[in-house]
Amino acid sequence: MRDPVTVRLRVNGVECQGRCEPRKLLVDFLREDLGLTGTHVGCEHGICGACTILFNGEAARSCIMLAVQADGAEILTVEGLMQNGKLHPLQEAFREHHGLQCGFCTPGMLITALDLLQTNPSPTEGEIREGISAVLCRCTGYHGILKAVEAAARTMREA
Amino acid sequence: MSLIGAPVRRVEDARFLTGRGRYVADMTLSRMLHVAFLRSPYAHARIVSIDTRRARELPGVAACVTGDELAPCARPIRAESKMAGYRATEFPALARGKVRFAGEAVAAVLAESRYAAEDALEAIDVRYETLPVIATPEAAMAGDATLVHEAAGSNVLLSRAFVQGDAEAAIARAPVVVGGRFRFHRHAGVTLENRACLADWDAGARELTLWSSTQVPGLLRETLAELLDLPAHRLRVVAPDVGGGFGVKSALYPEEVAVCALARLAGRPAKWVGDRREDLLTSTQAWDETIEAELAVHADGTISALRARVVADVGAYSIHPWTASIEVIQVISFLPGPYRVPHYRGEGWGVATNKAPMGPYRGVGRPVSTFVTEALMDRAARRLGIDPVELRLRNLLRPDELPYRSPSGVVWDSGSFVESLERARDVAEYERVRAEQRRGRDAGRYVGIGVACYVELTGVGSAIPASPGAAINTGTEGATIRVDPGGTVTASFGLACHGQGHETTLAQVVAEELGAQLENVRVIHGDTAAGPAGTGTYASRSAVIGGGAAMLAARALREKALAIAAHLLEVAAGDLTLADGRASVRGAPDRTLTLREIARAAYAGAKRLPKGMEPGLEATRFYDPYFGTASNATHVAVVEVDPETCAVVVRRFVVVEDCGRIINPLIVEGQAIGGTAQGIGAALLEEIVYGDDGQLLTGSLLDYLVPTAAEVPAIEVVHLERPSPTTLGGFKGVGEGGTIGAPAAVANAIADALAPLGVEISELPVTPERLFRLISPGGRPLR
Ligand code: FES
Ligand code: FES
Repeated sequence: MRDPVTVRLRVNGVECQGRCEPRKLLVDFLREDLGLTGTHVGCEHGICGACTILFNGEAARSCIMLAVQADGAEILTVEGLMQNGKLHPLQEAFREHHGLQCGFCTPGMLITALDLLQTNPSPTEGEIREGISAVLCRCTGYHGILKAVEAAARTMREA
Repeated sequence: MSLIGAPVRRVEDARFLTGRGRYVADMTLSRMLHVAFLRSPYAHARIVSIDTRRARELPGVAACVTGDELAPCARPIRAESKMAGYRATEFPALARGKVRFAGEAVAAVLAESRYAAEDALEAIDVRYETLPVIATPEAAMAGDATLVHEAAGSNVLLSRAFVQGDAEAAIARAPVVVGGRFRFHRHAGVTLENRACLADWDAGARELTLWSSTQVPGLLRETLAELLDLPAHRLRVVAPDVGGGFGVKSALYPEEVAVCALARLAGRPAKWVGDRREDLLTSTQAWDETIEAELAVHADGTISALRARVVADVGAYSIHPWTASIEVIQVISFLPGPYRVPHYRGEGWGVATNKAPMGPYRGVGRPVSTFVTEALMDRAARRLGIDPVELRLRNLLRPDELPYRSPSGVVWDSGSFVESLERARDVAEYERVRAEQRRGRDAGRYVGIGVACYVELTGVGSAIPASPGAAINTGTEGATIRVDPGGTVTASFGLACHGQGHETTLAQVVAEELGAQLENVRVIHGDTAAGPAGTGTYASRSAVIGGGAAMLAARALREKALAIAAHLLEVAAGDLTLADGRASVRGAPDRTLTLREIARAAYAGAKRLPKGMEPGLEATRFYDPYFGTASNATHVAVVEVDPETCAVVVRRFVVVEDCGRIINPLIVEGQAIGGTAQGIGAALLEEIVYGDDGQLLTGSLLDYLVPTAAEVPAIEVVHLERPSPTTLGGFKGVGEGGTIGAPAAVANAIADALAPLGVEISELPVTPERLFRLISPGGRPLR
């Protein structure tokens, strides 16, 4: 164990800071120190994608990063998707197309889909499959998720 | 339009989509301690000594507890069964004396953080004396085998047979007999949320609350009360949001017992959140069976007999309440499938080894039985030169033969077996694929089409236990529905939900039957303090049994609401309708009362109620479907095998399913597709592998492959919706079916693709390596 260090970062547009051990995982810092439990832990070894966040604008797995590495970073978690009490088009589309069952993969899936649509606003079905293959969903068979991402892409292009 | 059958968008989604779901790991109580378990590195070893002194002294560590120290506070889990010849085993919360599988917990640390708790694990000194490892059922059954449980007296924990007619004689006489030795390897459920639990002991009130990621809060409460020596009414079990179950979370786990006892010992809340390695090491696993089977058919393709011997590797412990019998007995129960099988003999053995315990997983037994029977059907078809669809049509039970008592004694109340096969054949464009297959073969391409038909007992009532011989009642569920004084409706259930959308579907049933507005109905589940007595959600039972209970309670309330409205409006109750939250007089649409007004009167007491009527507007009803009802489906897979890389691509997948009357088509489709995706994973990718030393070789998601969006094909689902004649509401269960049909359909499609090479698929999953060995036994690629 080492003495705690201070980590300062911007999460969902808000300046945050906390003190934690240098070895603390970013996902644990978000969940425990900042109380943002929307980001989930499914494997802690970088495979399942449940812990995916946007890290300085790009999708990253918060279970294989340390909180100290995020010092000074800009982070978006699922809690930051809703704006002014309105669901993000991706959130709307997941609901409309039954893109979730148990909901455990959903935060990582939403953030991963957001990352995909930011870089590729008009993905083909194959590109969506490949994009979201970074996150495991055990419940849905991905069908509703694919439809949701397609629909959200349309909405976001038109917006 | 009826709310039952409407594609209502799920009410639970809002919290999950915004990160406001509340899973056990998300919960924090003040003064809460974190639990980490020290797990055995050996598969079979005697515990010589455990020294926790160094660990206890580390900063942040509150306690460090061994099995012997915990034993006075928690009895071992004992998986009892009424089955003749079954040998019960005891599963302690923390190992005592010896460990029986790699990963079994031997000590627990309670600390201020999980990090500190895990640090302390490294400071515990355990001395083990290793024992011979029983790595296979064959080794376990050898005459001089070391016993996994000395007290059981044998490694064979159970055996059972179902016999109808004389299969031996029929096989001896039959013109065509096909057979094989089949192997379905070990499988992990891999819920995306790992198991987790949090216990809080209130020493003043002598009350314990357990929040657990479980499918069966009601069942846990009753059993934990006994193991912890607490009266059940002082014990509350809550399943908050649960991130997937699939059967894996339907047993009582030692960690749940341990965490309760630890919280009581420490006098502080204790939380354990399993990590993925712990999940793969210790959660119940599935299948792992070897099946020797023969199918005898007449020259016209009709079945004369089926015979099977099934040996199951049940791992190190029999689990409560399902016992080690659940998989293998279901396999021999359901091998005859939806077919007419005059002569049948199915024998099964459950054998203990030094591996994680086997338990129920989506489909339970039937993915295996369907794989075997459907493979044999295709082999018979090939031998006779009859098209496999045609052969099935000649053997499937027709509606006029139902109800039908299967050779193992299961009653199929109804079914659309023939219809679903014909429909699947048409939707999948069977003939067109066959033509494409012929053209492809000329060009060196290997396309195959595989069919699998199954029937599944769902919504099992009290006539038979959900697991044969299990020492608990699984046939009933209740619903408590209250029209709140303000006119909204709260409906609580003993069921628990882990993705099925009960908060939506059960609300649809309640709203429709009661005549309330859907948005005014709230469903509560998964909390033993909130709902009527019940066990939980498993075995495709909730829509049938919970839905039935909801109908009964809602109808009782509706009747009472109408009686109150009739009294207030001074009309006969028979002249009133109640729909959409409003009672109206037939023919006089302006004379109405809202449910809110009726509720107000109901709670106002005698002065506003008919003479002698009890105040209040609340009802509890229980439902028992007695036998249960049959769901069925046909799965069709079209695959292409790349002979060079041995990769299998599923090009098309069609499911024609009949789950009776549909409550919500979106959710039914989601269940069917999700289950099918798991079945495809089971057919092609997923395998738990142990070394000869009993070490788990697939302890991460890098090694245990769960299908991603890149591997799961588009799955087309067609609903037949033939209501069950025997259940209230006509509902049949749909949660598991997808996983039952898919492995068989994919295996048959691969065998069909490779038929010119004489390849048969007898082993699942069909990994590229296995396929390579099948295609080129000499180790040379095909071209
Ligand atoms: S928890 Fe980070 S990838 Fe699984
Ligand atoms: S919704 Fe359960 S894992 Fe995706």
